[in-house]
Amino acid sequence: MADKVLVKGNEAVAEAAIQAGCRYFFGYPITPQTEISAYMAKRMPKIGGVFLQAESEVSAANMVYGASGAGARVMTSSSSPGISLKAEALSYMAGADLPCVIVNIMRAGPGLGGIQASQSDYFQATKGHGHGDYRVIVLAPSSVQEIVDMTADAFDMADIYRMPVMILGDGMLGQMMEPVTFEKKESTRVVPEKTWATTGTQMKREHNVINSLYIEPNHLEKLVLERYEKYATIEATEKKYEAYKTDDAEFILTAYGSVARICKNAVDALREEGIKVGLIRPITLWPFPAESYTEHTKNAKSILTVEMSMGQMVEDVKLAVNGKLPVHFFGRTGGNIPYPNEVIAEVKKLIGGDK
Amino acid sequence: MEQVFKRPHALCDVPLHYCPGCGHGIVHRLVAEVLDELGIEGNTIGVAPVGCAVFAYNYFNCDVQEAAHGRAPAVATGIKRVHPDKVVFTYQGDGDLAAIGTAETVHAASRGENITIIFINNAIYGMTGGQMAPTTLPGQVTQTSPYGRDVKTQGHPLRVSEMLSTTSGAAYIERVTIDTVPHIKQAKKAIKKAFETQIAGKGFTLVEVVSTCPTNWGMSPVESMNWLRENMLPYYPLGVYCDRTAE
Repeated sequence: MADKVLVKGNEAVAEAAIQAGCRYFFGYPITPQTEISAYMAKRMPKIGGVFLQAESEVSAANMVYGASGAGARVMTSSSSPGISLKAEALSYMAGADLPCVIVNIMRAGPGLGGIQASQSDYFQATKGHGHGDYRVIVLAPSSVQEIVDMTADAFDMADIYRMPVMILGDGMLGQMMEPVTFEKKESTRVVPEKTWATTGTQMKREHNVINSLYIEPNHLEKLVLERYEKYATIEATEKKYEAYKTDDAEFILTAYGSVARICKNAVDALREEGIKVGLIRPITLWPFPAESYTEHTKNAKSILTVEMSMGQMVEDVKLAVNGKLPVHFFGRTGGNIPYPNEVIAEVKKLIGGDK
Repeated sequence: MEQVFKRPHALCDVPLHYCPGCGHGIVHRLVAEVLDELGIEGNTIGVAPVGCAVFAYNYFNCDVQEAAHGRAPAVATGIKRVHPDKVVFTYQGDGDLAAIGTAETVHAASRGENITIIFINNAIYGMTGGQMAPTTLPGQVTQTSPYGRDVKTQGHPLRVSEMLSTTSGAAYIERVTIDTVPHIKQAKKAIKKAFETQIAGKGFTLVEVVSTCPTNWGMSPVESMNWLRENMLPYYPLGVYCDRTAE
């Protein structure tokens, strides 16, 4: 059993990436995720890796493209405004079938917004960023330990499916210190060799080309369709969520990331008052665990989505429920964090209204 | 019978899509000849730009990555940091390198990134049909400077080789052209020196090739070469702008 260490979420994702074999990190400072770069700057030179501070997020993300195309395990991180800039390279990486891990420690927006925690990049992470028909896998940890545990898997998935994987945290999770253990988890995943990478032909094979340009519509359509078959496989096999006290729940809270922990407190407090509440916590935001909203709402009369935004995941919850249950929303935004008592008050108001 | 002239091995045996009289064909060949002569094709990774040379990944026989517009030096940086023992070059035009990719270019030079950039300056955006480039000359008519580039409102042409030579990370920067046989020979010499400098690990190298765009300049290939000599070379003087290869 490995020793417990007290680390920030930002440092945890950096160390977990190194332990997963990531040796290339291209960063650019932005609050509240800068500790990731700082950690990489300190560690990478000592282990034969590369830390490079680029001149912009645009450039950092395109360095990731190059390094990934060259066959490396590579990561970059940023916070909301910086992710907007990295969106360009994300689209190109999706179009060139390149693996990478990108971390977004969300802060409030739009624009410069604020530097406090937020979840207002849900749309961007799950449906947006760059242009074109593509997806990235989005993982939403809710504790520092979960960040550690999912990072190696994020790299494996990126390599297996040849696509970017995003770890979506928020400023609270990034800055929070928690005791964690860095233990190598057994994985059944088989990561294929990167025979497609640009490593030099050595005059022994045809040249490898990393590219997202396909001028002929039928050719491009075929490639996009093939990519969507891959996405269908991911949707069928990679959905993850946690169901907390949902078996007898008459009311379902749903939230992801750090807000899910606040909602757990609310569930426990409400149950002490005899109110049967449960929580569905999506861990993968894409693919979204839609089926969990059928499976774990058998006794439920309504659902409340809680977010640190004006309500973005609520749209996916509504699609998952498909009109069978009323879906309500409660959120704080601008960098404010919803308190458990606010969530409890909202649940009581809705139960009163539902009865 | 002995074959005395053939396609370089580093140049794929496919038809190029370039317009008649375009300089890209000449420069592609020079780069490929240098890869052959240095015996580095199998050890080289190229980065193709956005612009007329976007399909360069189909033309060079080495491994190639296609970059987003202007990002080739960043992509090359990522590749070089993973494979410091490999030769990495980008091939970029003036819109790609000197407008949308200015930051990537300046900082790759400033870091002394050990890569080679082949920079084609023909004073126009060719692929999109002839718009004003950062290197378009004062008074030059393009689709987006239809009354001639007015420096008061549209700014001045950027001299890239001069600008980059002020960075401490640059090891070799030369401006060449391809209007005559002696100039083409000098261009090849410069390209070879740039690759050799990279192989020696001395830092950032760039060869700016002043070139033509007969189609978008609205001239014949011969008229284009004359226009280049009379108008471009006075503004973009040929020569070595930075040489730290002896250091």
